[in-house]
This record gives sequence, C-alpha cells and structure tokens, in this order.
Amino acid sequence: MKSHLLPDFVVERIEERCNKCGVCVKQCPWGVYSWNDDKTEILIDYTKCVGCQRCVVYCPNKALIVRPYHGSYRPNSYWTKEVISDIKKQAEQGGILLVGTGSDRPYKVYFDHILLNASQVTNPSIDPLREPMELRTFLGRKPDRLEIEIKDDDVEIKTELYPNLVVETPILFAGMSYGAISKNAFLALAMASKEFGTMFCTGEGGLPKDMREEYGPVAIVQCASGRFGVDPEYLNCAAAIEIKIGQGAKPGIGGHLPGEKVTAEISATRMIPEGTDALSPAPHHDIYSIEDLSMLIYALKEATNYEKPVFVKIAAVHNVAAIASGIVRAGADVIVIDGFRGGTGASPKVMRDHVGIPIEMAIAAVDQRLREEGIRHKCSIIASGGIRCSADVVKAIALGADAVYIGTAALIALGCTMCQKCYTGKCAWGICTQDPNLAKRLNPKEGAKRLVNLLRAWSLEIKDMLGGMGINAIESLRGNREHLRGIGLEEWELKVLGIKGAGE
Amino acid sequence: MRFVDSFLEGVRPVEELLKYAKIDDGVAEIDARELKHKELNDLMRECVVRGARKLILRNVCGQRYIGTRLYFNPGVKVEIVIYGTPGNDLGAFLAGHRIVVYGNAQDGVGNTMDSGEIIVHGRAGDVVAMAMRGGKIFIRDSVGYRTAIHMKEYMERVPVLVVGGSAQDFLGEYMAGGRVVLLGLNLKNGKHKSHYIGTGMHGGIIYLRGSVESYQLGKEVGIVEMEQEDWKFLEGVVEEFCGHFGKEINVDKDEILGGKFMKLVPVTKRPYGKIYAY
Repeated sequence: MKSHLLPDFVVERIEERCNKCGVCVKQCPWGVYSWNDDKTEILIDYTKCVGCQRCVVYCPNKALIVRPYHGSYRPNSYWTKEVISDIKKQAEQGGILLVGTGSDRPYKVYFDHILLNASQVTNPSIDPLREPMELRTFLGRKPDRLEIEIKDDDVEIKTELYPNLVVETPILFAGMSYGAISKNAFLALAMASKEFGTMFCTGEGGLPKDMREEYGPVAIVQCASGRFGVDPEYLNCAAAIEIKIGQGAKPGIGGHLPGEKVTAEISATRMIPEGTDALSPAPHHDIYSIEDLSMLIYALKEATNYEKPVFVKIAAVHNVAAIASGIVRAGADVIVIDGFRGGTGASPKVMRDHVGIPIEMAIAAVDQRLREEGIRHKCSIIASGGIRCSADVVKAIALGADAVYIGTAALIALGCTMCQKCYTGKCAWGICTQDPNLAKRLNPKEGAKRLVNLLRAWSLEIKDMLGGMGINAIESLRGNREHLRGIGLEEWELKVLGIKGAGE
Repeated sequence: MRFVDSFLEGVRPVEELLKYAKIDDGVAEIDARELKHKELNDLMRECVVRGARKLILRNVCGQRYIGTRLYFNPGVKVEIVIYGTPGNDLGAFLAGHRIVVYGNAQDGVGNTMDSGEIIVHGRAGDVVAMAMRGGKIFIRDSVGYRTAIHMKEYMERVPVLVVGGSAQDFLGEYMAGGRVVLLGLNLKNGKHKSHYIGTGMHGGIIYLRGSVESYQLGKEVGIVEMEQEDWKFLEGVVEEFCGHFGKEINVDKDEILGGKFMKLVPVTKRPYGKIYAY
C-alpha cells in the first residue's frame, strides 16, 4: 500500500562542509544515508529520519542539520498534523499505535505553576558551602515510637527497626529493564548507583547473574506480573523488592517484549526461551484485591527472611489516595507512584496520552490521605514520572514524597534525545536496543560518569534551594507545603495540592 | 481507623516457640496448632538452622507460606511433611525443598516456585503453579481456577504439574512453558469443564486425559497429535503419580495410560505480534 504519511524531519547538508567521510552512513540505523553505486555521493532519504540527531552530533565537519519537516497540511488547530498522521498510519496498518517515552501532550505542568520559598530577614538562610546539609534519605517503614536507652555516653535504640534503604541523595533510578534497555545502559545505571550511593531498579527483566554480587546491594529488583527472572537468589541478592502493579505510561495494561528482542542473554536473565514474546499480563493473576496484594508482599518478605523492604509501584490514577492507603495497610514499606508523564520503552499511544493523573496531584493527595489516617510513617513515598530537574525533585518532596525516581532524565544523560522510537529497538544511542553494534556505542563507564555528574549537579542544586529556605536536611522538607506557592492555579487545584497561592 | 498488621502483630520471639518443636537426629516435629503464620515459619527456619533436615508439621490449619522462608545459600534441602490444611502460597518461591501434604491445600500452591517438589494428598485451590519455573507438583484430586498461569521454562528447567482430577476455568492462561497434565480421574463422563484453556498461551504443553470441546479452548491454542516422546513423558509422570497416590485412590499406571489423551500446544510463540502499528 502506498503510504500517505508526510515526513517527520528533513535533513539539510551544508555541501561545502561535507567531505563525504561516510560517518553519517555508519551512524544512522534508520537508513537515511546511503552511498550511491560508485561510492562517490552520499544519498539522503529524509523520509526515514526520526530526528534522533545522532548524525548531527557525530558528523566531524558539522555539515548536517536535522529539523522538523516544514511542509504541512492546511493549518488546523483541531485536526493537527499529528492527528492526521495517526489516522493515516492506522488506516494503513490496522493496529494499536505504539510509542516510546512519556507523554508529550501539552497538559498543564503543575511543577511549572509552583514556586519555592526562600528566607529573608526573619529567619536566616543557610549557606550549604559552609554548613552541613543533609540529603541522606531512609526509605522504608518507620516505627510508631522510638524507645532509647542512655547508658553513660552511649545512646541505644531499644525499638526494633524495620529494614530501610539508605541513599545519599533522594534520587533513585526508576525501573528500566534489561531487555527494554541495553546491557550497557543497564550496567551504567548500576555502576552510577554504586558510585554515588543511590539505588537502581531493575525493572522486570531480571538481574543478570554476573551482576548480582557486585550490584545486588544497590539493586531494587522488580517482581512484576510476568515474574520474569524471579528466583530466590534474585530476591535475596537485592537491597529491596518492588512489586510492579502499574506504570504511568500505561496504567492498567501489561507489557509485551517482542520475541525478536529476546536474545540469548535476555532469555537467560528472564529465564524464558529465546525468541518467545515476553508477555506481562495486565494484572498479577494472584492479585485481584488488597488482601491478595498483602499476600504477595508477605510472600516476598518470607522469601527474603524479612530482611528487605518491599516496594509497591502503581500508576497515578483517579483514586490513588484510597489505593495507596490500602497498599500501606497491605504491608508495603515503600509506595512508588508513577505519574502520567512516566516514560516507557513501548506503550500504546492512546494509553500513554490519555490515562492517569499528574504526579504532583497524586503525591499531594496520597501524602494528605496517609497523614489524615495517621499512617504516613508506615511507608515512604517515591514520586516518579516526569521529574526533569532538581527543582522538580524539591517540589515533589515538599508536596509529600520522600524521594524521586528518575528514568527519562537518566537516559537523556546517557545520550537519549527523546525521539520516541524506543519500541523499534534501533536506538542510535545504544540505549534502547539489543543490537550489539548499536549497544556498543554506549560505554558503560562513560555512561556511569555522566549519571554520577547529573546526580552530583542536582544534589548541589537541592542543597542550594534547601539552604535558601533555611532548611538543613531534606527530611525537614518532606510534606512542607508552606514552602510552596502556586501561580496561575485555580482554587480547586491549590486545594488538591494543599498549597497557597502566591502572595497569600 | 486503627492500623492492624494482622500478619506481624503478636508474633512471639522464636525462643518462646521452641517449646512447640521437638528436634531429634535431624528430624523436627512441630505442633502448629497455636502458631500464627509467621511463627510457624520462624520456627521451621530455626529448626533447619539447628540442623533439622526433615520437618513434620502437625495440626496445620491455614498457615501461609510454608517452605518459602527456607532459602539458604548454599542450598540446603529439606523435606517437609504436613498434616492438616496448609494456607495460601504453600511453597511460594520454593527453593529445592520437598513438601508432602496429607490433606487439602489452599490457593497459590507453588506460586513462582523455583525448584523442588510438592505432593498434595487431596485437592488444591486457585492459582496453583502460577509462574512456576521449575520442579514438580502432584495434586491427587482437582484444582481450582487460574491454574498454571504464566508457567514458564528455560533450557533444562521444565516445571511439571500433574493433577489427578480436573481444573476450573482459565487453565494455562499466558502459559510460557512447562508441562501440565490433567488426568481426569474423577470425571463422570470424561469431559473437562474448564473454559478459556490456554488463552494467551505461547509456550509449554497441556495434556488432558479425557476430552474438551474446541469452544473451551483459548484462541491461542491448538490440538495436536500425541507423539512418541509425549507418551514417554506421560509414562514417567504417571508412574510417579501412582507411586504417590495409586494405593489411596486405587488406580494403576496402565489403566491411566490406557485412556484417551489430548495434547494442547500454542499456535504461535508470538500470539500478539500483529496487533501494533509501527
């Protein structure tokens, strides 16, 4: 069938700068560049371009410009180019539209309608360059009360404590599975976690055996509906276990890792035969209620001798506060809430763009509800889904989170340019691919360095913001909504967020 | 609303629980009558740490996760004999142990089981062998709904579930590997009643002794001819089945193997490969 689709991007070459070195031909996995028959000219088929910018960055002569295709249909604010293209694509292929990364729809970004406070005159700000500033975060259940015994100079905690994770900054890497991302990308996340003193979540693709000893102590291993790679050793080598109920990019549905991505190594880690689809059912078929969830939480605690906190990850949906309350009562130590901006390697576009609620609203609602019920200390809350910068981290924590997960931001640090073609498995940056020739483009050591730099940069910025507010520990910021003010928000929005308007 | 953690509240320290156990020459006998879920599992672990390799549990009544806590590195293999009715998730994540139940079992037998063996002299509830990836489960009578969902296999690790009777709906849904055998010994007319058998199945084999109509099958499974290796496999597991239960229910291997068997396999390894637009 003749495709009626317009191109997405156009490639311009500055001819006097091009010396026909052929780097672009090698770098582009999409087939935009090719040599002519006698290898004298490089031909460009820009209709195949996805805008990943790999060729632009790697062209040694800076001879390439890739920009959105400027031709358009008759301008129409309702029937946009995107809408028209989607209809044409489905008319040609007859299937569910797939897409990668988090939603790019222009819904209101609440983070951008919240401003932070700073100290002036009446209480002093703190200079983080001179004074200690505590970002260390403990994740897990806290006791109802703490009994201590003081013997001479020694203070001893008498209360039996629940297992907690310790991270040096309130930023952890979100679940991204080996299978969705390349081994090198997965390894980079693990190495960076170890070096910086934070943790990474394995996603549901298992943890390769050769990584368990070294990176198990900084891994949060996932137990999702497909139970891929879940064995007693996997559970016991980790720092914590995460039951994945849902994710922000596709709440309520399962996942399909296509058979062509299930290579020998992936099949060994997931413990399924090579080449079969790795299907994660939409629900866990042993969890149809809060009581059933409780049963799995305690099954995992039993399987790990009550030594590890158990996380439960859900997508932020309409009744998130009531659901979260049930999850805490079911015995979870940490709740991860993934907002509708949450990323993905592959999701039906319709789910990604139309299901869920913003993370800012979800965190505020959950924190409020758990406080009202007097059970906020029973669990920690991790906010996830669309955290873009250190200010988002600070705002999420002030709204009630203990820490955040970052996924997309981490991948961008590794090279991702948000072209949204993750589901094709042809990632030009070696991140979302199992093609060995593409995967080797990402050096795990260099990747880890970029990630550590990012964590360091954000942590410094967080200290600056805290100091400005006159706070010297991240603990004191949690749920501290007095430090937030809304701008351009309506009354109901301020109410849900639990914050005042600017000037109030 | 008061926060109730029914699972952890009132759990006594293990030193206090030792009075319920008698350890003698590697065999521990535990009276579970007054023990909460976690107390029983704490005590079982303590007995193994103290050298017991066989645990005999009496008066078991609904205690969950029996066998789950016994993961040790390096591997220790324990035999657990249960009298009574073990609770949900019997042998969940089981790591190589052998569990024999004289009585019925509840839901979630062998949930995400890794290796080992579970033998139930009775029936079992729902979600038996969910996501099981190794070892064997023998159930003398029938099982409930959602049996063997997402059972899977890898290389030489092929889990096996043998059920003497039949199963209810959603048998083998999303099954990705392993072998499930329903012997249909308690069927009156030889007809299994389960619906939606093998929906989304993309690996493994289901053997049914007796018959099902095609409308009872999910769209992703097909019926194929039995081959020599299928009979060889069945001979082996039926012999084991009869070894466990033959005398109790008065059946022998030849009688069972003389019945009519159906073999169900997935039509494709990629049932949902064609529902997307790229």
